Amino acid sequence: MKAVITVIGRDMVGILAKVSTVCAQHDINVIEVTQSVMQDLFAMIMLTDISHMSVDFSTLVDQMEQLGKELGLSIHVMHEDIFNSMHRI
Amino acid sequence: MALLNVNDILETITMIQDENLDIRTITMGISLLDCCDSDINRSCRRVYDKITSRARDLVKVGEEIEKRYGIPIINKRIAVTPIAMLVAASGGDPVEYALTLEKAAQSVGVNFIGGYTALVHKGFAAGDLELIRSIPEALSRTEHVCSSVNIGTTKSGINMDAVRMMGGIVKQTSELTADRDCIGSAKLVVFCNAPEDNPFMAGAFHGPGEPDCVINVGVSGPGVVRAALAKAGDCSIDEVADIVKKTAFKITRMGQLVGDAASKMLGVPFGIVDLSLAPTPAVGDSVAHILEEMGLETCGAHGTTACLALLNDAVKKGGVMASSRVGGLSGAFIPVTEDAGMIHAARVGALSIEKLEAMTAVCSVGLDMIVIPGDTPADVISAIIADEAAIGMVNSKTTAVRVIPAIGKQIGDELEFGGLLGSGPVMKINYHSPARFISRGGYIPAPMQSLKN
Repeated sequence: MKAVITVIGRDMVGILAKVSTVCAQHDINVIEVTQSVMQDLFAMIMLTDISHMSVDFSTLVDQMEQLGKELGLSIHVMHEDIFNSMHRI
Repeated sequence: MALLNVNDILETITMIQDENLDIRTITMGISLLDCCDSDINRSCRRVYDKITSRARDLVKVGEEIEKRYGIPIINKRIAVTPIAMLVAASGGDPVEYALTLEKAAQSVGVNFIGGYTALVHKGFAAGDLELIRSIPEALSRTEHVCSSVNIGTTKSGINMDAVRMMGGIVKQTSELTADRDCIGSAKLVVFCNAPEDNPFMAGAFHGPGEPDCVINVGVSGPGVVRAALAKAGDCSIDEVADIVKKTAFKITRMGQLVGDAASKMLGVPFGIVDLSLAPTPAVGDSVAHILEEMGLETCGAHGTTACLALLNDAVKKGGVMASSRVGGLSGAFIPVTEDAGMIHAARVGALSIEKLEAMTAVCSVGLDMIVIPGDTPADVISAIIADEAAIGMVNSKTTAVRVIPAIGKQIGDELEFGGLLGSGPVMKINYHSPARFISRGGYIPAPMQSLKN
């Protein structure tokens, strides 16, 4: 099972480190990371493997949202199925 | 990303964050046929037990899905077997059932429960008249219960006795809830060709041809369609149709995903996805604004019917491939008080009831959430219902009337329902009397279109 973590907001030092720390704490394996700057916004997208995750999905969503609030960024965790079903036939 | 495209991911997030994409409702249909009993108290007890056991986890599962996919599910609802069928067996005061439904809805925490319904398109059976007469009281004594009456079909014609009755019932319902902005009649729909699997309120009920329990999903997303059109700029109208189709496909795929997930988690079969663009009063969630994005100054201008016809058709074409089973109303909704653009158009006088009637010939539903003067005679309401039913009957489509007589109010005044039901100005109606036509009663015979065998 995979989840997509997206981070959108103002660029700053240590975003990747902070988000991956939370992942590591919960045994979430980061498979791939893409970063880009769209207009003046920083966007990072992480594809992660949550098959062996040590917390439940909604706890992870809440923790990432909390982290996002602390950093002034918007962080979303969404199951990959929503992207697959919307964009692939 | 190896499998997922970055732009696709960002597009989905923008749709949800900025363009109000959401699942409007997951609606659980529950058959109450096995709850019938000759004793109304026993019957009500069984109804309560069945609803609260089947729908026990509905709200919880809905919230879990919201978290997992990051997509808001605005409403969790229940639709039940037309209560008139239970009244037929049990007799007694139908309001008892309304109070039972209310109690069950509150106990499982759903937003609405639909099915205080009678199907009388070909005449009144046992329980039907009692139920219809009790609608004003039932809706004034409950908060979550929704009611509907089917008075015509393409196959059977229009029951004009029922049409005559319903004019009075709509008005009485408003009168009994006059202290609450006449909210009762916002929860009462008069249908022609009512679908049995519609997940949207106030017209949802669980038809007798449906399985014991089923999950139906209604998607939303007018904001997403409008944003996609805005991005495209001044393209030709066939490109507009193409953009709507592609967007509808994506929206519907999400509905299908959520329906599948809910069905698995609840252990209940998945029924249908309703491909409707359902507006809300929120900014950026308006069907009228899509029509305006197509190039109209204000919704209601000449050209509105053509734009709506294109929109409605393109939504279906895009959605139908995205879902394994499509049903319900499936089309664009045009409820006046629930759509910021429609409210504006009505306020500035660009949108009239006559124009709305024309629009209902090319989209789903009908004259929906329209506030009319409180002194509108009952037979004028009946005649509005008859006109709308005729459009539905002849065009083999669903039409409905949900008008709200604003008791004690006149043109220029407004009603405020709050929440998804919104608010809106009292609209001008045509007072010339249809009294003699309505008082005739009887049946309008089924049209030639009904003879398809």
